[in-house]
This record gives sequence, structure tokens and C-alpha cells, in this order.
Amino acid sequence: MKARDTDWDGVRLHVVTGKGGTGKTTVAAALALALAAGGRKVLLVEVEGRQGIAQIFDLPPLPYEERKIAVAPGGGDVYALAIDPEEAMLDYLEMFYGMRRAGRALSKLGIVDFATTIAPGFRDVLVTGKTTEAVRRRDKNGRRVYDAVVLDAPPTGRIVRFLNVTNEVAGLARMGPIKNHADLVNGVVASPETAVHFVTLLEEMPVQETIDGLAELRAAGLPPGGVFTNMVRSSLLPAEAVEAASAGRFDPDELALGLKAAGLADGADAAAVASALAEEIVEHARRTELERQERASLDASGRPRYELPLLPDGVDLAGLYELAESIRTQGAA
Amino acid sequence: MNERTGGHRDAPVLDLDAIVDDRNTRIIVCCGSGGVGKTTTAAALGLRAAERGRSAVVLTVDPARRLAQSMGLTELDNTPRPVAGVDGEGELHAMMLDMKRTFDEIIEAHADPERARQILTNPFYQSLSSSFSGTQEYMAMEKLGQLRRSGDWDLIIVDTPPSRSALDFLDAPERLGRFLDGRLIRLLTAPAKVGGRSAFKLFNAGFGFVAGTLTKLLGAQVLKDLQTFVSALDAVFGGFRARADQTYRLLQAPGTAFVVVAAPERDAMREASYFVERLAEERMPLAGLVVNRVHRSPVSGLSAARSSAAAEDLEARGEHELTAAVLRLHADRMQLAAREHREQEHFVSAHPTVPIVQVPAMPTDVHDLEGLREVGALLAGRWRPAA
Ligand SMILES: Nc1ncnc2c1ncn2[C@@H]1O[C@H](COP(=O)(O)OP(=O)(O)OP(=O)(O)O)[C@@H](O)[C@H]1O
Ligand SMILES: Nc1ncnc2c1ncn2[C@@H]1O[C@H](COP(=O)(O)OP(=O)(O)O)[C@@H](O)[C@H]1O
Ligand SMILES: [Mg+2]
Ligand SMILES: [Mg+2]
Repeated sequence: MKARDTDWDGVRLHVVTGKGGTGKTTVAAALALALAAGGRKVLLVEVEGRQGIAQIFDLPPLPYEERKIAVAPGGGDVYALAIDPEEAMLDYLEMFYGMRRAGRALSKLGIVDFATTIAPGFRDVLVTGKTTEAVRRRDKNGRRVYDAVVLDAPPTGRIVRFLNVTNEVAGLARMGPIKNHADLVNGVVASPETAVHFVTLLEEMPVQETIDGLAELRAAGLPPGGVFTNMVRSSLLPAEAVEAASAGRFDPDELALGLKAAGLADGADAAAVASALAEEIVEHARRTELERQERASLDASGRPRYELPLLPDGVDLAGLYELAESIRTQGAA
Repeated sequence: MNERTGGHRDAPVLDLDAIVDDRNTRIIVCCGSGGVGKTTTAAALGLRAAERGRSAVVLTVDPARRLAQSMGLTELDNTPRPVAGVDGEGELHAMMLDMKRTFDEIIEAHADPERARQILTNPFYQSLSSSFSGTQEYMAMEKLGQLRRSGDWDLIIVDTPPSRSALDFLDAPERLGRFLDGRLIRLLTAPAKVGGRSAFKLFNAGFGFVAGTLTKLLGAQVLKDLQTFVSALDAVFGGFRARADQTYRLLQAPGTAFVVVAAPERDAMREASYFVERLAEERMPLAGLVVNRVHRSPVSGLSAARSSAAAEDLEARGEHELTAAVLRLHADRMQLAAREHREQEHFVSAHPTVPIVQVPAMPTDVHDLEGLREVGALLAGRWRPAA
């Protein structure tokens, strides 16, 4: 079937990063649903061993196995995989060397913990190796098994090291099979088939991290994707009112009249309530002004931007589909 | 109803001024899960302590860039720098933790020059010292120990690293220790160490197998680097461990006060709960909980329900558009405040004796001394909005 025009046609690996707690897992899940919509098959991958996907889809913990977890709007399937580095290592040894037993012995000795501690690059290459294998995988007719893979990735501070496995591993292993494996991963991750998306809030630190992260990514020759601004509060006040309030020109008299009309207060009381509410408005206006500045900094990065609303009651399954829909209408999928 | 604890009737009020003013308080540790405001709290407490006459140093781990600049921290140089613009008799110094340098210095202190050189140039050391997820916690603790031992500081305020779990700060040094005591490490270092014949044989057989597999995967050079590194580190590790133990005891001393920071959200409050329980287990002195970025309303008498009903009414009548919008905004805020209140209740009922103070969410980020001063006053529960 023919895909609709989206900003990321041709991208098959969507990596989702961002500052901790900004909504990486949520956005990755919604993006997977959005990409699957209309009859496609998408794999959603998590790598931090936290069962975030299971939580968000309200499922029991996922095993190390690709399984269908959701149906997208208009048909289409989302599969999920929680990659466990331990299992990925066994897979790897089996697949390339037929050494499953040796793998188990190493596993018992705590090799993965060891690698995680002393050389996270070794662990990362196992995880990204498994992910890129799914990106490249073809069925017996030579067709791609997945139309797209979405990776709920480590946070901004670690993303370049995580993806730049060749570089990380090269410092430790200049040749040999691990090095070759890393090169294979790099072939996918550094190609135009990949896009690294950032999730941010309209706050100073996550925006700064996004901008720094984009620069780091470029320096490492990795392909930057879009910027997803998450948890955006819709502004209820008319723009003029916000402007007036942030300039300290908000006039509570009109508000007092309104309060009277609504039967909420009268006389001196209405004036008192109005001026107290005006305090709330001034705060809101300052916040809105800050958000405007953060938006401007993000725009200056030149990356495509998408905004996702703050869901007032948190993210349940229905909310996830709502976010997916929003991602589609904005053309990110 | 208690204003400062946000209406949690039973919770005692956390009096941070009393803690800061008490000359016996020598260390304040600000901890909590990521993004809740640990660094901001640490810096604000430092400034407040200094302006109340203490000679304080703040050890920050990852300050927001503008906050760091406002304290005169422009580079990561591991040295406390005086902060300009502090009022009063006291003084404030601030520093940013350089974890790699701190690690290097420990190696240099505990190994002879030749061995230190071997370690510092080893690729595995470089990877460990710059990216092990526990290195930052370990080094923050080490730096705290150094500052305390130097005796130069009347009050040390430490920020903790931005890990997902607040417990990492207490667990990381132990984790590094467990790692170095691990079976694989012993296996890798065994041929060099074990003298007894049977033990040698046993280890050797195991080693042969492990080494064989690893060589196949990584190449012989990697294995050699790894072994050199592990045995070199092993030789200095006794010293490491003794230091970490010493710092751990410092955290249990009566002059230490833990300030747990949380946001009024489910995950952060849960983390705060775990941490409080853990401190009790470790017999570490808890000062109390700061609930940061709380939303309040100056018009708390006007409920969300009444406010939205009135807005609806105005909208239906097509009158007073602005008032209707303002009432919607207010209803949202009241709802948010109610949700935040509920999230804190679990904590309060589980830990009814833990003192609490709430700090309102500022409309903008905190990135200058003025902002820190304001947060400091809020922390002390003594801030009054300008008329
Ligand atoms: N648009 C939204 N509206 C409301 N709540 C949201 C939204 N996006 C995310 N959240 C909530 O914010 C919290 C953090 O989201 P999430 O777990 O996706 O972040 P993360 O970046 O994956 O975090 P971590 O860094 O811990 O992995 C969750 O409770 C989630 O439900
Ligand atoms: N009470 C507050 N009101 C508004 N913004 C705050 C408040 N406390 C912290 N912040 C902002 O939140 C962000 C994260 O704070 P920070 O102290 O760096 O968190 P942590 O050290 O726990 O990761 C910073 O941009 C800071 O300015
Ligand atoms: Mg997550
Ligand atoms: Mg911090």
C-alpha cells in the first residue's frame, strides 16, 4: 500500500530521546501507533528494562519476544519488544557462533553486569544490534517484516554514546567480531533510514538539552529527526489579555464586572476577588511568555516541530490514541 | 489547616532556618528523583545559609546553565569559587563536580605513580570513569568527604546526581564495590594471584574457558587491557573502599541533615517515600521533605466546580468572554492543586512524623540569585509576596 505523505517517509528506525521524564516512552508509544495506522506493521522497542511499554498499554510485563500489543486506527499492528541485554547476548552468540552454552556460562559469571559497568559500549551494541536486526529483517519473500521500528531510547545525556556504538567500541576493541557487529549497527543508525527525535517540555532545561543534543548528534554524524514538545497547555486566555498581563497592564475592573454578572461576588468583594484572580493571570502570562521564548529557541534549531497536549488526567490508553492522532494530523506519521 | 504544609493537618512543619542556623549542622544533603529541584534547593539553601551568617559551600552536580552562570560557575574545575552578590556577614562558595577528575585524583592518591599511570591510560578506566552510571554518585560522595576533611567549611550543602531513583546515591558506592568483588573479576585476575596448586588449576580451567570465549569475541588485545586494568584497580581498591565507608559514616553523623526533595506527583512522591524509609534503615538523619513546584491559588475560596459553572453560564449568555476565560483558568488551577494535594496524602499518612514544607511553582525557571533568594525564603516558609 502507498504511504501518505509524511515528514519522515523513508525513515524506518525512529529513535526517541529527550530529558528524563519528558515523555519519551509516551511519545514513542504514540508514534508507533501513528505509524502503524492504516494497515502497517510497526515494532516498538524498549531497552532500559523498566517495562515502560507494558505499563503504558496496561499489559503484564513483556517477555524478550516480539508480540502484538495493539491495533492501530484503521488497521495496522503494533508489536513490542523489551530488549534484555542478557538475552540479546545469548541471541548474538547463538546467531553468529552457535555458542549458546558458552553464552550461558558467561551469563552466569555476570558478564553483562560487568560489561554494563566497565564498558557500556559493549552492552549498547548488543541492544542496538538487536534493534537494527529488526529494522533489516526480511521475510522469505524478501519483504521487510516491519514497516518501521520505534525505539524508546536512553535520555539525551546518553543518546550519542548509545547510538555511536562503533566509536564507543572502537576505543576498546579495534578489531574482531564485536567491532564488525558495531559497524553493521552503524550502517543502519547513521543512515537516512534513521531519525533521532527529541521530546521536550517548554522549560529551560529540557529545551537546552534538546539543543545541545541536536548539536552533539550532528557532530557525531547521526541523523536528527523532529522535536516533539510534550505536555503543552492550551492557553485559555485571549492573546491581548496575556500580553496586557505580562506588561503589568491587566485591568481587574472588567473582571469584577464579569464576576458580578456571573453571580460569584458583588460590591467590594468582587473587586477583591478580581484583583486576586489578576495575580493568577499575571503568573499565567509570565509562564506563557517563557514558553514563547522556549518555542523560539526550538524553532531556531530548524527541526520540524510537533506539539502534543497535556492530557489533564494523565495518559491512559484512550489518551495514547489521542496523542497518536495528533501526531498524524501534524504530519509526523 | 496548616498553610505551610499545604493543609496536611498532621504533618509537622519543616523549619529549614532552624537547621541552617544550628551551628552543629555541618552537612546538608539534598536528594530526590530527577528533575524535582534538588540542585535549585541546594543552591537556595546555600545562599540562605550564607546570608544568615554561615560560611557555606554548595557542591552542585548538574546545575542548569544559567543558574551555574549566576553563581559564577563557568567551568567544571572541581574548585569551590566564591559567589558574588551575597548579602551579609557570611559567605558562599559554589562548585560543580568534575567526576572524571575526582576519580583520577583518587587513583593518584592510592596507587604508586607507575600503577596510577597504567590505570589512567587504560581504555577500560577511561570508559568506567566517564560513563559508569554510578560513578557520578560515587564521586559526589568522595568530594563531600574531601570537603569535610579539609575542615575549611562551616557548612557543606551537597546536591545529588540526576538519577532516576533517589536511592542510587546511597547504593552506587556499594555497587562499584560489588562489581570489583565479582566472580568474573576474580576469575580474570586469578592467574596472577593464586598460588595454591589446586586452586590454580581450578581457576585456570575456568579462566581458559572464559578467556577463550572473550578472545573470540573481543580479540586478544582487549582481554589483555581488561586484565591489566582489573588487577591494577584491584590493588588500589582497598583504599577506595575504606574512603567510601568513611564518607558513609559521615552521612550518619548527627551534624548531617538529609533534605528530601519531591514534586507533588505520583512517581516523585513514591521515590521520596522509599528514600525516607531507607534513611531510617541506614540510621541517617532526615530533616524533612520539601515538596517543590506546588500550585496554589490566591483565590482558594472559589472552587473549581463553581468557577467552571460560572464560566459556562457566561459563555452560554455570550457575555464577559474574558471573565469566562479567567474562570476556566482558575478552575484548572484549583483542579491541579487538588490533584497535587492527593498525591501528597499517601506520603503524609505513611510518614506522619516527617516534617514538610511546600515551595510554590514559580512562573519561570530559577536562574539568578534573586530567584534563589526567593526560593530560599519559601523553603524557610517565610516568604511573603510583594504587595
Ligand atoms: N501529553 C501528556 N499529558 C499528560 N501526561 C503526560 C503526557 N506525556 C507524558 N505524560 C506523563 O508524564 C510522565 C512521564 O512520561 P514518560 O514515562 O513517557 O517519560 P519518559 O521520558 O519515558 O521518562 P523516563 O525518563 O523516566 O523514561 C508519565 O506519568 C506520563 O503519563
Ligand atoms: N519552585 C520552582 N518553581 C519554578 N521552577 C523551578 C522550581 N524549582 C525548580 N525549578 C526549575 O526546574 C528545573 C529543574 O530543577 P533542578 O533543580 O535542576 O532539578 P534537579 O536538580 O532535581 O534535577 C530548573 O530549570 C529549575 O529552574
Ligand atoms: Mg521512559
Ligand atoms: Mg540537579
